[in-house]
Amino acid sequence: MNYLAGILSIVFLVLSIFVIKRSGALAKSLNSESVAEEFSAVTGENKWNGIGFVVFFVLGCIAGVWSFMDSMPQMFQKPNSVHGVTTDTMFWISMSVITFAFFVTSGALFYFSWKYQFNKNRVAKFYPENHTLELIWTIIPAIIMAGLVFTGWKAWSSIMSEAPKEAVVIEVVGQQFGWKVRYAGVDNNKLGNYDYKKIDNTNDLGIDLSDENSFDDFIPAEMHIPKGVPVLLRIRAKDVLHSVFMPDMRVKMDAVPGMPTKFWFTATQTTDEKRAEKGNPEYNYKINCAEICGNGHFGMSINFFVDEPEDFKKWYNEQKSFLTMFPEYLEKVPEKLKTKAAKYATPAVEEAKEVTVAAN
Amino acid sequence: MVATEIHEHDTHAHHDEHEHHELGFVQKYIFSEDHKIIAKQYLISGIIWAFFGGAMSILFRLQLGFPDMDMSFLRPILGHWITPEGHLETEFYLALVTMHGTVMVFFVLTAGLSGTFSNFLIPLQIGARDMASGFINMLSYWFFFLSSCIMFASLFVETGPASGGWVIYPPLSALPQAMPGSGLGMTLWIFSMAIFVVSALMGGINYICTVINLRTRGMSFTKMPLTIWAFFLTAILGLLSFPVLFSGVLLLFFDRTFGTSFYLSEIYIGGEALPNIGGSAILYQHLFWFLGHPEVYIVLLPALGITSEIIATNSRKPIFGYRAMIFSMIGIAFLAFIVWAHHMFITGMNPFLGSVFMFLTLIIAVPSAVKSFNYITTLWKGNIVFTPAMLFSIGLVSLFISGGLTGIILGNSALDIQLHDTYFVVAHFHLVMGAASFFGFVAGVYHWFPKMFGRMMNPQLGYIHFWLTFAGIYLVFFPMHYIGIAGFPRRYYAFTSVNGFEDFTDMNKFITIAAGLTFASQALFAWNFVYSIFKGKVAPANPWRSNTLEWTTPVNPEHGNWPGEIPAVYRWPYDYSKPGAAEDFIPQNVPYSATPESNLPHENEEITKEKEIEGLLPYQNESYIGR
Repeated sequence: MNYLAGILSIVFLVLSIFVIKRSGALAKSLNSESVAEEFSAVTGENKWNGIGFVVFFVLGCIAGVWSFMDSMPQMFQKPNSVHGVTTDTMFWISMSVITFAFFVTSGALFYFSWKYQFNKNRVAKFYPENHTLELIWTIIPAIIMAGLVFTGWKAWSSIMSEAPKEAVVIEVVGQQFGWKVRYAGVDNNKLGNYDYKKIDNTNDLGIDLSDENSFDDFIPAEMHIPKGVPVLLRIRAKDVLHSVFMPDMRVKMDAVPGMPTKFWFTATQTTDEKRAEKGNPEYNYKINCAEICGNGHFGMSINFFVDEPEDFKKWYNEQKSFLTMFPEYLEKVPEKLKTKAAKYATPAVEEAKEVTVAAN
Repeated sequence: MVATEIHEHDTHAHHDEHEHHELGFVQKYIFSEDHKIIAKQYLISGIIWAFFGGAMSILFRLQLGFPDMDMSFLRPILGHWITPEGHLETEFYLALVTMHGTVMVFFVLTAGLSGTFSNFLIPLQIGARDMASGFINMLSYWFFFLSSCIMFASLFVETGPASGGWVIYPPLSALPQAMPGSGLGMTLWIFSMAIFVVSALMGGINYICTVINLRTRGMSFTKMPLTIWAFFLTAILGLLSFPVLFSGVLLLFFDRTFGTSFYLSEIYIGGEALPNIGGSAILYQHLFWFLGHPEVYIVLLPALGITSEIIATNSRKPIFGYRAMIFSMIGIAFLAFIVWAHHMFITGMNPFLGSVFMFLTLIIAVPSAVKSFNYITTLWKGNIVFTPAMLFSIGLVSLFISGGLTGIILGNSALDIQLHDTYFVVAHFHLVMGAASFFGFVAGVYHWFPKMFGRMMNPQLGYIHFWLTFAGIYLVFFPMHYIGIAGFPRRYYAFTSVNGFEDFTDMNKFITIAAGLTFASQALFAWNFVYSIFKGKVAPANPWRSNTLEWTTPVNPEHGNWPGEIPAVYRWPYDYSKPGAAEDFIPQNVPYSATPESNLPHENEEITKEKEIEGLLPYQNESYIGR
């Protein structure tokens, strides 16, 4: 950083020296009235501006490459999901392609600017068109684009495909300014319905208890997901737009009030492994919010933990269903389902249950 | 000098019925119907707004770079927007971000750029005495002025101006209980934008009519300067897309005011469940980006047009691939309408749509690449004169390349998952759209200042202004990509909740310092601009030895532009350094019959058409009767 500040101040210093020097030259040229037949738009600085472009390009490349290398360890965070590895690879491939294009085109732009600066003894080449050349540089980018589109399309289709049946279903709900999660519970890996009109202070996700799938749903204090097992996020929002952003997992999907969205992925590294790798025992995976949602937008984040599948299963079975936590909600269950619901409202029954989810 | 001689030779002795009765001050300078005055009005408004918009960005950059800084010294200006601890209020931070975007995109780069140069150059470069309708043109500016006033007034509202981001996505923007800025501030934003759309449409209709109907004799579409092509296509883009924004915003107004549910559904906020059911928040995004994406080209195409003209003139070479340039602009303009959903890959819309829009988006890279290559080839073997305008034009091409290339990454929906709404996007569009268009704007001012004010701007100050700005822009936006790759989301007041935020505190400081210096160096431009209006060196008639028609007018053109006949046009605008020609430029109004030494074989055939072109004069004059 100090280097950067140093470079910056040098750049500005050089420019200010240039300013002072040039204004002196300007005063001189005013006195001596410029040579008559010389084209008046060509000033004495023409040469300097030409050199400026080459200097700018060289210094810019050095500064760019250096700062890029220097920031690389902070900037490049290893992806921790299966699809993240694919998209990251694609990212760096695309990055190499555009870096190459950048150097070639910018190099030509700045080199030509310097090389072909005004010279009164020279006449510019009258060169209005060349169809072959134009065809070549239409077709080459088109081919490269086609390649990028095709690989991108394949990756996109597989990321956006239907989640595998065995995926652990987790509902993520955005609200100002936090995330809430609900799991489908020990039975059939199905989330119960919800209805935003049923939201109250306790049932703040609006769980619809007339749906029998909701009886075993639980809302944990912490969010856990298993490693190596697909996880399907069912995403919605209570108030305004939010966006589920898990930077380490390369996951992002908007949370839209009135329109549920989804995203599935498979984590590849547990929290413990990640902490060990980073050498930071405090490190946590996070869900941030990526869509402006109000004053607290910047602080809207929760931690989540990636566990080994067995640990996850253990944790999962320890969680108490919503009905167990708040048995008073049994009242909201329709008469004919009351007996079934009662089973989930007592912790004793739950212990006997086997987890069907994440059984693979 | 030569150009004036030719012009005199060409428009000899015909002092026709066009008389100048003196107008009062108000009619001449305020409610003027003269396109040149209206252009200057747009220009000055645009510059003032640019300084406001820039200052706003410096304020929020201070917060991002120096979150612990004591900003109490700003309390006299910002009042309660500074917390007792001396920091920016979070809501004010968001308001600044929102207003910076709105002001820059609409008031500076749409009205300021397109409004100034379309108004100024269309009649002058196609050889017309004024716009098709001077009155509507005047209305267009005053609607813009009204819209500006409303937007400006919204800054002083107790609950703050609109602060949901310049895209104002509902439900955030629809529900006053969601954030303070969604109260009166948002209502004013909507009113201001509605009026702005009216202004943009009036301007656009005028530009289109003028280009189609009022071209001088001989000025066929294939002889039009690329500037005019760019303004023409821009106007069409605006005409087709602004009404969609208007309707989108109108529906938002209904949702806010009359309790309709166009965008609202199943919302629980502030402890109550709202009755709205069945709306779609995504619908708004589709409507918004149906304008929003063409808008990118509405600000960029005029800049590219201006650059084409300046690069050709100052390379002393014809623009390379004139027709390819036109076709790529048409291609870009067309594709601009069918790529909007690439802003929405991860909004939850059907992934199949994502695939389609990815494909269409990456196609647009092809005409953009062609344009860049053509600019570079125009420089090749040129005889380059680095006027300040030329420097900014070359800078534009550089920024267009740097920013455009990252678009290839963002246009790829699979990669957009991670990068969407991060600083990578911010860096991308600031380079390719913000800074590039701004460079086009500044280049245009330097280049046409002599025509606008009859005086020259100081070139040396221009050079310094360029180098500081060019270096500054890169220093601000290049490192911003890194922060984006690291996954930092945009519109964050502070990054404390982001993993690894402490790794980039220095980088954020650096960016803020660079932004401050870049902004400060714009003072050079402001000073040069104001000083040169009054005290600049008096301009020659054709200071850049350019071919286009505006330089055939007197140094200070009166209302009606040409004192005598409007010159006829015989050739394309890019006959620079033609082999055999005495000078390195041949203006458009010089007939081929006058330049046998430099005519190409097929151009000798054009000589026969000259009689025909001259024969059109009575018809052209007729069209001005009663105007």
